[in-house]
Amino acid sequence: MEKKTLSAKLLASPHIVWSVLFIIAPLIMVAYYSFTNADGNFTLENIKALSDYKEVFLNSIWYGIVATLICLVIAYPTAYFIARSKARVQSTMIMLVMLPMWTSLIVRTYSIMSLIENTGIINSFIQKLGFEPIQMINTSGAVILGMVYDFLPFMILPIYSVLTKLDNKLVEAAHDLGADKITVLTKVVLPLSRSGILSGITMVFVPSVSTFYISQKLGGGNFALVGEIIEGQFVTSNNFNLGASLSLVLMVLILICMAVMNHFSGDEEESSGGLMP
Amino acid sequence: MKKDIIIDLKNIDVSYGENKILDNISLYIRDKEFITLLGPSGCGKTTTLRVIAGFTQPDCGDVIFNGKKINDLPPYKRQVNTIFQKYALFPHLNVFENIAFGLRLKKKSDKEIKERVAEMLELVNLKGFSKRNIDSLSGGQQQRVAIARALANDPKVLLLDEPLAALDLKLRKDMQVELKNIQQKLGITFIFVTHDQEEALSMSDTVVVMDNGVIQQIGTPQDIYNEPKNAFVADFIGESNILDGVMKEDFRARFSGHTFQCLDKGFGTGEAVDVVIRPEDIVVTTPDKGMISGTVTSVTFKGVHYEIIVDIRGFKWMIQSIHEQKVGDEIGLVIEPDSIHIMKKSIYSGKFGDYSSFSDEIDHLSDIEEEE
Ligand SMILES: Nc1ncnc2c1ncn2[C@@H]1O[C@H](COP(=O)(O)OP(=O)(O)OP(=O)(O)O)[C@@H](O)[C@H]1O
Ligand SMILES: [Mg+2]
Repeated sequence: MEKKTLSAKLLASPHIVWSVLFIIAPLIMVAYYSFTNADGNFTLENIKALSDYKEVFLNSIWYGIVATLICLVIAYPTAYFIARSKARVQSTMIMLVMLPMWTSLIVRTYSIMSLIENTGIINSFIQKLGFEPIQMINTSGAVILGMVYDFLPFMILPIYSVLTKLDNKLVEAAHDLGADKITVLTKVVLPLSRSGILSGITMVFVPSVSTFYISQKLGGGNFALVGEIIEGQFVTSNNFNLGASLSLVLMVLILICMAVMNHFSGDEEESSGGLMP
Repeated sequence: MKKDIIIDLKNIDVSYGENKILDNISLYIRDKEFITLLGPSGCGKTTTLRVIAGFTQPDCGDVIFNGKKINDLPPYKRQVNTIFQKYALFPHLNVFENIAFGLRLKKKSDKEIKERVAEMLELVNLKGFSKRNIDSLSGGQQQRVAIARALANDPKVLLLDEPLAALDLKLRKDMQVELKNIQQKLGITFIFVTHDQEEALSMSDTVVVMDNGVIQQIGTPQDIYNEPKNAFVADFIGESNILDGVMKEDFRARFSGHTFQCLDKGFGTGEAVDVVIRPEDIVVTTPDKGMISGTVTSVTFKGVHYEIIVDIRGFKWMIQSIHEQKVGDEIGLVIEPDSIHIMKKSIYSGKFGDYSSFSDEIDHLSDIEEEE
């Protein structure tokens, strides 16, 4: 017994070291900076200063929510369609979904820029056809587009993976009991893919809320998101303490959002069994 | 056509790619009948049920329900409910909601649903289980939830795909009785699938024996057992000694070096036939009194009887007898005319040899293979 637990500990130790080094320690540092001033003395100034950024926070969360919902609406049918196709088609399509993830976020964002710039590919095409160019870059739509484009695979993949595991016999059983196609989707397939939807939402919402790169490049600085402000504090203003407190609050806000979402989706299942309207 | 026929399959073919899975299946099922599809693994039993339920479209042939062709009717519009081979209960719903699934779709009132579910739970002996999670149930309990879920919809026909395969012997026997009771109580047509011949014989009004996508024989359990149509049916249902024989004339068959009196007629003079003799129908006596005789090669105690293998002219016979014999002894066999069943030669002739390679172990192994 003893030997086993010891070896188990040894096996787990790289993981523990890793967690302490790269997860716990940074968190402690963030907390430390949040509550100290430049001289290292305890202060609440950084936290108080946050009230100036209320709008930025709300804005970021709003953008995150919109981008996440759009991703969900696009990703679910896509994932469903992929999961229902033949095995060979599936692997090709999953490759296509993952392909953009192999290039860096920066490259992907630049590629969107080159598409929607005022002198970009789309506008030059429109002009060739004899129309006025359309302002696309530096709009809120461009920022959302960037988020959706960059993070869509993170929504598709987890949903796809639960859908492929879904036993087709359950679908048949529902049909057998009198459910038409739409009812099967709402009463069986959707509830059973909940875990995939939840992890998809998390994986899109979190980076969307905290991104700075996308809003910088595609929003032209017109749509200050909290990620941008944080980056500014660390890189330009050199105010680590304010940057840290902004990060801390962002983390807390994200956690609250996730908790609220988990709570509601969990509740739904318990109270009605997913069947009652 | 008779009035009480509820389902009529006419010349159904189903293929997957090159493989013909169902080959010209024709079968009618009477209202309130307990009919069993019996056959080895992969013979097309599940596929037949899927054709009836509407999950598989036949390549050709008609599915007729209550006199109407329903080939194009989608599964959710058919008055048929299925108990799937692996139950297929909804893991995200509790026992109550699983059983209520069909009722909710029919927009029944809450009160009605509650009553109906309670009634079903009582029927399958699961009172007090309504709040339980599906994952927390044993195999037998899940089985019964699946039955309740299907019956709650008040189907005209219930399709049961090896519903008892996952249960242990004791529970299986109990459930056999329960299912039969439910069927008689509710007056529903049961189409039951199994590869267990004993189950088929003991539960059914009609047995359909299938092999390789072809119906080999349809009949009452007694017919199937006593008058098998070919060597496959004889071998699959119960134990049998299947010998090569020749009809000398009506009522006289020659096999194993002896000419026996029998009750069969209508074969050509000198026609080669397959002869079936059930092990329990053979009377053991001394060599001088026997019609044929041979040496005992093995004796196994089976509880009710001894299973005795006797070598007669190189053919190993199986005999079930309540008297013990000794290995190496000479014994004689007496076979009465009504114990002999003559069959026409078929593609299965000669495929089922004697009991020379027979041992419990091999029997057991093939059982396991079947279940996988
Ligand atoms: N979707 C499918 N695609 C290809 N072949 C299939 C498909 N479904 C069934 N088959 C084949 O059809 C044959 C009959 O299958 P079926 O499920 O009807 O057998 P079964 O009699 O129910 O067997 P078991 O007792 O093992 O359940 C098998 O050889 C099976 O491999
Ligand atoms: Mg089957």
